[in-house]
Amino acid sequence: MSVDQNSAHGPVGHEFESHFPESGAVDYSDQSTNIGETTLEEMRQIAERYPQPRSALLPMLHLVQSVDGRISPAGIEACAEVLGITPAQVSGVATFYTMYKRRPAGRHHVGVCTTALCAVMGGDYLLEQAEQRLGIHEGETTPDGAVSLERIECNAACDFAPVMMVNWEFMDNMTPEKADALLDDLVAGREVHSTRGATITSWREAERVLAGFPDGRADEGPTAGPASLLGLDIARERGWKAPDVPPKTATDEAEEQK
Amino acid sequence: MTDVLTPVLSANWADERAWKITNYERRGGYAGLRKALQQSPADVTALVKDSGLRGRGGAGFPTGMKWGFVPKDNPNPKYLIVNADESEPGTCKDMPLLLASPHTLVEGVIISAYAIGCRYAFIYVRGEVLHVIRRLQQAVREAYSAGYIGKNILGSGYDLEVVVHAGAGAYICGEETALLDSLEGRRGQPRLRPPFPAVAGLYACPTVVNNVETIASVPQIVDKGAAWYQTMGTEKSKGSTIYSLSGHVARPGQFDAPLGITLRELLELSGGVREGHQLKFWTPGGSSTPILTAEHLDIPLDYEGAAAAGSMLGTKALQIFDDTTSIVRTTLRFVEFYKHESCGKCTPCREGSWWLVQMLKKFEAGEAEEGSVDTMLDVCENIGGRSFCALADGAVACVTSAVKHFREEFEQGYHTPAWELFPYERSALFPPRTAPAEYPERDSNPGQGALEQTTGSEGGLA
Repeated sequence: MSVDQNSAHGPVGHEFESHFPESGAVDYSDQSTNIGETTLEEMRQIAERYPQPRSALLPMLHLVQSVDGRISPAGIEACAEVLGITPAQVSGVATFYTMYKRRPAGRHHVGVCTTALCAVMGGDYLLEQAEQRLGIHEGETTPDGAVSLERIECNAACDFAPVMMVNWEFMDNMTPEKADALLDDLVAGREVHSTRGATITSWREAERVLAGFPDGRADEGPTAGPASLLGLDIARERGWKAPDVPPKTATDEAEEQK
Repeated sequence: MTDVLTPVLSANWADERAWKITNYERRGGYAGLRKALQQSPADVTALVKDSGLRGRGGAGFPTGMKWGFVPKDNPNPKYLIVNADESEPGTCKDMPLLLASPHTLVEGVIISAYAIGCRYAFIYVRGEVLHVIRRLQQAVREAYSAGYIGKNILGSGYDLEVVVHAGAGAYICGEETALLDSLEGRRGQPRLRPPFPAVAGLYACPTVVNNVETIASVPQIVDKGAAWYQTMGTEKSKGSTIYSLSGHVARPGQFDAPLGITLRELLELSGGVREGHQLKFWTPGGSSTPILTAEHLDIPLDYEGAAAAGSMLGTKALQIFDDTTSIVRTTLRFVEFYKHESCGKCTPCREGSWWLVQMLKKFEAGEAEEGSVDTMLDVCENIGGRSFCALADGAVACVTSAVKHFREEFEQGYHTPAWELFPYERSALFPPRTAPAEYPERDSNPGQGALEQTTGSEGGLA
């Protein structure tokens, strides 16, 4: 059944409707996988980082996505086997977190923040624009697999609003013009740089870093964005700084002697 | 009298490659760790207690006291977890700190772990911040190589392992008990307390969970002393902290200031509200903290000042909305966030946030029933305080505070759409763009079928 959001009557019932329509099941009809002994070995390495192996499940699922481009049935089985838990326990976790995709994401995964502040400042327009530019709706991937699009929640960059993300790298202070250029470049496969991060690689490579396997790009990009430095810049201009360490009193010295 | 701004945590953010260990050390980094290792863990805890440092993640609990709750006689391992799951709408202080100076946190982790007798610490960072995670991972590796983490740290006989753990997209994991479940490899759902994490946390062992900014404040407190930290701030809210100004201000950004600064002062520094506009409402510490208005411009932004104004200091995430903004639309978008992020465990939150969204959509569309403002408040009353954690309380707080200050605007939702009262393009920084004709055509059936697609790349993601 469906709920007509624009109904002129009061709220209509919603029984039998899932409150979490985005929490679809793992797609068991697509059994393809790239997971082999190398990935299993890497999964065991992740498990060794923790006092109890099950703590490794979230990073292991990030690894599955980096290998298979989604949470694959084989990936679920592999996690279960390595951790000695059931596939149902693994898919229960995989379906809880929004970063895990049960359908193939694009080579690049684009997020547009539409939580209140970004939405008000223009995020809603940017999402609509991205949908039009890519010819898809949020939650979908372009037919050629180049770009997937997601409406994201607050990404902790509100002083750079409106914000977009590409493969979970910041794209700060977005405008319609910048968004067009960004999407054109991603679709065409041109090099793109995050405003406060590294050269954009791919969603799968990003997922591998999240699994705890560094890609050697930590030293790319700036120390901080302009908004992050605003207060510091003003303080420097006006000669403001944190207080000096107060001189030691006699009691302090006595305590230190003790 | 201290200066208006007191860069403590942000002091090195403009340094070239501040994230590298050598640059951090050149600034005096890891001096606090050396001092800490020469004291007993109890003395370090006492020092942090004396400094007056309180939790910077929202609740403002005294940090040293929290550490003191870890039972000394418990034979189980003790754990320290840094909550870097920064996701509260408006909150954007921890990510720039970790991007610019991850060693500030890493040093804090080592000192704090030493103080509570922990041999295994975790930094739980939200997954959606790739570059922050890269810098953190590298900082931890550098600290291992320098002998600050690992076996027999700086010859002290103290051993510590530190793991950077990436989450996977769930606001609720910023709630400390949900974080514990998530870190145990489960769905991130809050636990009933007691027992509190200090007694039975990760793997049912004594655990301290602290916010990034809290732990990052520790190295300088240990290095410069509790008395130094006490020279900043107000009577009960000591120290310096990061205020994040965002939204309709001339220049949004981060401000490292003593606790107790006012919004008026911060607005002056950031060039004021967008030109030609007036302040309408703001959040003092993220969307979970009841909104305030222009009459609160001069309240001291410390724990007590925000509480006295009927709100909370929260994460000091000051989201500024000007007079073009519809309170109804903004409230709807805040509550949609909570609905999306409700973990589903407790019925009042799972169902209640869903119903609030349905109601607010009607207010936005100008189709709410006469008198339904009171119905909505009644729904709020049946949600708040009736769940395991505070997520639903946050959802309710933004509704009730919005109605408290702007009831008439909600009542206009009985007949007039919000977008007519407050045309949305006026609040945005740019007008919407109309699509050029050459753009590809979309399936005319929005959202439908995405999940039913079984193969190929055309299917929906989630």
